[in-house]
Amino acid sequence: MNRLSRLSRLSRLIRYTIKFSAIITFGVLFFIIVYILVRGIPYLKPSLFALEYTTENVSLLPAIITTIIMTVLALLISAPIGIFTGFYLVEYARSGNKLVEIIRITTETLSGIPSIVYGLFGLLFFVTALGWSFSIIAGAFTLAIMILPLIIRSTEEALLTVPNLLREASYGLGAGKLRTIFRIVLPSAMPGILAGIILSIGRIVGETAALIYTAGTVAKIPENLFASGRTLAIHMYVLSSEGLYTNQAYATAVVLLIVVIGINALSTTISKKLTKGNIDG
Amino acid sequence: MDKIKIENLNLYYNDFQALKNINMSTQQNKITAFIGPSGCGKSTLLKTLNRMNDLVEGCRITGKVLLDNEDIYGNIDVNMLRKRVGMVFQKPNPFPMSIYDNVAYGPRTHGIRSKRKLDEIVERSLRLGAIWDEVKDNLNKNALQLSGGQQQRICIARALAVNPEVLLMDEPTSALDPISTLKIEEVIQTLKKDYTIVIVTHNMQQATRVSDKTAFFLLGELIEYEDTEILFSTPKDQRTEDYITGRFG
Ligand SMILES: Nc1ncnc2c1ncn2[C@@H]1O[C@H](COP(=O)(O)OP(=O)(O)OP(=O)(O)O)[C@@H](O)[C@H]1O
Ligand SMILES: [Mg+2]
Repeated sequence: MNRLSRLSRLSRLIRYTIKFSAIITFGVLFFIIVYILVRGIPYLKPSLFALEYTTENVSLLPAIITTIIMTVLALLISAPIGIFTGFYLVEYARSGNKLVEIIRITTETLSGIPSIVYGLFGLLFFVTALGWSFSIIAGAFTLAIMILPLIIRSTEEALLTVPNLLREASYGLGAGKLRTIFRIVLPSAMPGILAGIILSIGRIVGETAALIYTAGTVAKIPENLFASGRTLAIHMYVLSSEGLYTNQAYATAVVLLIVVIGINALSTTISKKLTKGNIDG
Repeated sequence: MDKIKIENLNLYYNDFQALKNINMSTQQNKITAFIGPSGCGKSTLLKTLNRMNDLVEGCRITGKVLLDNEDIYGNIDVNMLRKRVGMVFQKPNPFPMSIYDNVAYGPRTHGIRSKRKLDEIVERSLRLGAIWDEVKDNLNKNALQLSGGQQQRICIARALAVNPEVLLMDEPTSALDPISTLKIEEVIQTLKKDYTIVIVTHNMQQATRVSDKTAFFLLGELIEYEDTEILFSTPKDQRTEDYITGRFG
């Protein structure tokens, strides 16, 4: 057998392997989604969306509302701090600055910590030490700390991808630092920054471990920020662990799935719009 | 009168001395070319003229650069300096926005808001950049959709829109095709009557075609500075001769 045909057989083998892996990856995703849809959709009844939660209807509407409140709050706390930190790191700090080193090490460490650890920290600090008890606010602060590294990193990376040539062009025309940042750098970095925020929303919506010990599991719409409440993911976790409402848990999973897919679709449209749109000087 | 006068200029990137005791001056409405082998400090010297080196960490300067007899490293407003001394870069770098907004960015920076005024400036600048006829029907098109040569002329128009007195150009045609290069050289010639121009180039034909005076640099030193014709026909320094006859660099 000659070398050439051996090579072509090898390349065919590699091609099949790659195709096979792609099919497996896609297949697993497809199977999970179909499985959840098949198990969950028959139980998506109007009573599941009742305003009041009772043990009969196991309504998930309060959980959806709590999820929204939780997401907005956590982002309100974390996004400004994270984005400013990212801007500081890239646009203001001089290289070799000690503070920069510290921020880098901190964010890297923070992003490697499992979320249950954040939950325990929240329990000890916000819930117990600050006396906020199981509450929306304690949960939101815990989540805010959890997503902070993600927002800092994505802001930083987005800013680093803005070519220096553009900054130089702006300075070269006599624009100051603030104008350069707001008119040139920020618009170019916006899609990346938003992608980080949307990723954070995804993590908040899917988070359970960090919330069980901080926001608690009360299934009502919280009356104020110091009341306990459960997000959709927690709701699902509680339903499935109680064992009485497995079907409803699947129905909840369908809703959660739709929310997550919706967020993803939203993020792609937003970043497409932003990259296409013109910036007014 | 000297438009720009450089006196005993030394420049260091941290420990590395990139410019060594430069003394030279350029006249109003003249085109000066900087030539020399790669790494000899042409871009560095150009960037000291509008203080773009301020952006480089670890860059230190001694000596003076006088613009109309005023030391630009003294107590002056850097943004105003850069308005007076505009810059065109080696690689075309239009902003990712419309052609109109690109050109209007500078005037808006300096406080011009009136739409009529801006329209006027944009048209005049694009005409000066010899790009008006090609883009006048799509001023709202994103500048990044243009060809490299067109982008560079937009960048020239953008620099001219703030009405500078001096225009610095760092190898403005090195990334372009021969036809775009010729167009830009024509633009440079027409600009001469209103602006003082300093152009860095690797291309000696270009230096002879466009410039009045030429400065030859080697390893951070100014070797020879003469009328372009004289420098290329009867160089005084052996190293200049070696360079322009292609014996090194
Ligand atoms: N930001 C910087 N930090 C440190 N050294 C630098 C920096 N910029 C330039 N240099 C060094 O200074 C010297 C002059 O660089 P410069 O870019 O001015 O050369 P040039 O003549 O423009 O070369 P070219 O023709 O390749 O553009 C080079 O040795 C270069 O390595
Ligand atoms: Mg250079």
